Amino acid sequence: MHKEFLMGNAAIARGAVAAGLNLVCGYPGTPSTEVLETAAKGNDGSLYVEWSVNEKAALELGAGAAYCGARAMVTMKQVGLNVASDPLMSLAYIGVKGGMVILVADDPGPISSQTEQDTRSFAAFSKLPCFDPASVQEAYDMIADAFAYSERYHTPVLFRPTTRVCHGYASITVKDEAEYLHNQPEGFVRDPAKWVIFPRLSYQAHINIEARNEELSQIFSEYPHNELLPAAERGCRKGIATQGISYTYVMEALEGKPAPAVLKIATPFPFPEQLAVKFLQNLDEVLCIEELDPVIERALIYLCGKHHLNVTIRGKLTHDVRNAGENTCASAAHDIAAFMGWALPEKEAAEIPPALPVRPPVLCAGCPHRASFYAVKQAMKGKKSVFCGDIGCYTLGNAMPLDMVDTCLCMGAGVNITQGIGKIEPDTNCFAFVGDSTFFASAITGAVNAVYNQANMTLVILDNSTTAMTGHQPHPGTGRTMMGQIVENVSIEAVLRGVGVKTVETVNPLQLQKAIDTVKRVSAEEGVKAIIFKSPCAVLIKPEQPAFIDPEKCTQCGHCIKSLGCPGIVRSEGKVAIEQALCTGCGLCEQVCPFHAISTGGAK
Amino acid sequence: MQTNILICGVGGQGIVLTSKLIAAAAMAKDIPVMSAETIGMAQKGGSVFSFLRLGDNLHCPMFPEQSADILIGFEPAEAVRMLPYLKKDGRIVLNTHPIMPVTAALSGSDYTGKEMIAYLQKHVSGISMLDADAACRELGSPKALNMIMLGAAIRQNVLPFTIGEIEEIMRKSVKPQFVEMNCQALHYEG
Repeated sequence: MHKEFLMGNAAIARGAVAAGLNLVCGYPGTPSTEVLETAAKGNDGSLYVEWSVNEKAALELGAGAAYCGARAMVTMKQVGLNVASDPLMSLAYIGVKGGMVILVADDPGPISSQTEQDTRSFAAFSKLPCFDPASVQEAYDMIADAFAYSERYHTPVLFRPTTRVCHGYASITVKDEAEYLHNQPEGFVRDPAKWVIFPRLSYQAHINIEARNEELSQIFSEYPHNELLPAAERGCRKGIATQGISYTYVMEALEGKPAPAVLKIATPFPFPEQLAVKFLQNLDEVLCIEELDPVIERALIYLCGKHHLNVTIRGKLTHDVRNAGENTCASAAHDIAAFMGWALPEKEAAEIPPALPVRPPVLCAGCPHRASFYAVKQAMKGKKSVFCGDIGCYTLGNAMPLDMVDTCLCMGAGVNITQGIGKIEPDTNCFAFVGDSTFFASAITGAVNAVYNQANMTLVILDNSTTAMTGHQPHPGTGRTMMGQIVENVSIEAVLRGVGVKTVETVNPLQLQKAIDTVKRVSAEEGVKAIIFKSPCAVLIKPEQPAFIDPEKCTQCGHCIKSLGCPGIVRSEGKVAIEQALCTGCGLCEQVCPFHAISTGGAK
Repeated sequence: MQTNILICGVGGQGIVLTSKLIAAAAMAKDIPVMSAETIGMAQKGGSVFSFLRLGDNLHCPMFPEQSADILIGFEPAEAVRMLPYLKKDGRIVLNTHPIMPVTAALSGSDYTGKEMIAYLQKHVSGISMLDADAACRELGSPKALNMIMLGAAIRQNVLPFTIGEIEEIMRKSVKPQFVEMNCQALHYEG
């Protein structure tokens, strides 16, 4: 054993590898992405690693590997589990042979997600055991436990850290390579009575699952990471129940105080009933400090009813704890002080600071999406149009001055939403913008739907040849795999033609006039048509010389700033200027300037 | 004994690397360390912070308000934004060079950083200021910024490291061609 300074996600990957991992697959999504990336980075070739096309594909792939006796891990963010929920629900009934951990990172806040859904609730819904680590060290230690339980009970298990555990760093104790487990998969053993789901099998499996979960509830009551810490002073009739990163906030707040009893729940499902009853037995009042759903709170209320315990359970449901957003050290300290009747943490009324500059996320200088949005905006000027966006960097196209994202729901939704709008408002020019990775993940079926159901729409693929938002992962269109192979890339244009889209035009959005003309011409056609705006992510290419503004020609009209909103163009001492450190010389502003005052060596 | 450090500034200033270097220095001395930082969308041109905790009995990587022993502010407004986390008697090392928000040209913001600096001077007695961007120009590299700030922070005698210890770690973690420049930056005293 030795010490290393690791990010939570890296600790999970390293812990899984140390537990004999054979295969890891997933789809990128903050805050889960670094798990798979870390596993890939240290891979000597003995581990199979892939970014699958989406979470459903990944989960099914992982299931196949686990059917063979492999130890498999599937990684995703919480909304990814929605995509993978179909195989998940059935796999819960079929079970696995090798250990299978489904790593789902939740995102209280939410910091970079559409929803504040709670995978602990998904665990109860799917009846699958769930592990919820509170720290980087625990994440490392518990991932090995998750594999062991999965294998012992022949069931996939959920492992769900939250953002602050995923992205926190700590110096932790890790195993030396000599201590690693090695798992040799037996291979797939044909047994249709086991691997083919039928109603009769599901009925029997359901009975077994319920029995297993009752047993696990007992076993988890002894699980060392479910902890019951006694009160500092005897006779204290109050307790705090908590989980995950909130547990560390609670411990921080109780430092140096006469602490009440603390119950930490690391296995929210099946809930460790005996341990919880032991906690409740000597108490009058409990405060539940947890993030997302009131999972512990509801479980305790249920147990109080079941065991006739007269304990008041406080938390989100009683409005003693906020019911949305993430907890913090400060919120936990405040909630505990209010609950314990302690003086609230003092906060001096500081002088109000001067107005702070806001630094919102924007499309990067040189981002080709800016050109794509601008081209469509120009082409559709004065026409009744709707612009359905999707998930990715290009959601930022909603910001002023582009203002080109009218809807955004979930991965791949825009292509179908725009069809729905078109069916109700046939006089609208319906557009859907989707990135290349999102296209492969979940927009192809939408394109098929549009073709089949005679939609009238323009599908715009923003192809920057990477998954930019989550940190530049490869995808089927890039021709690179996580095993380091260079493979034939899947052509978006060929896919679209293959599903019956007759007009598919590819154009570089940085060639602005050509791009505008293409949009005008293509969108005027009837039926489903597609434009692929192809230009690489600005972060991945070597920048050109920055643009130059000719002071003789520049009239300071600010048209470049007002139309593009590029961070590479600033006002310096009242004059329009190029921010040398940011400008990539993409040449878009040059093509927008009415006075030809800007010049670059970029595309024209 | 715990030391809480808060590093803040704007994406692209090398804050995360600074944090990693301090953590590596702690690891080298067997001091337990935890950290948490902004990741993702805010990285480019957004507000970036890194919480670092060194010492025993650490619970969580993020510490409560009024807990930082030292705030290393790479940008005046960002230092003001994170000021509530500084202990009453905590110290600030501040780069006085302001960074305009990337949207300033559009919104017509007239941010200069001056009122931020005045606010900090009024409210923090232990403030040590330098124009680290000017220092970068003097040293001939914009990449020297984080080492200039780190060197200045070490000289406050709040962190449990000497400049020599940090230098040793830096030599191990940066590319050979940047060692000399970073070394000068660490030792830069204006």
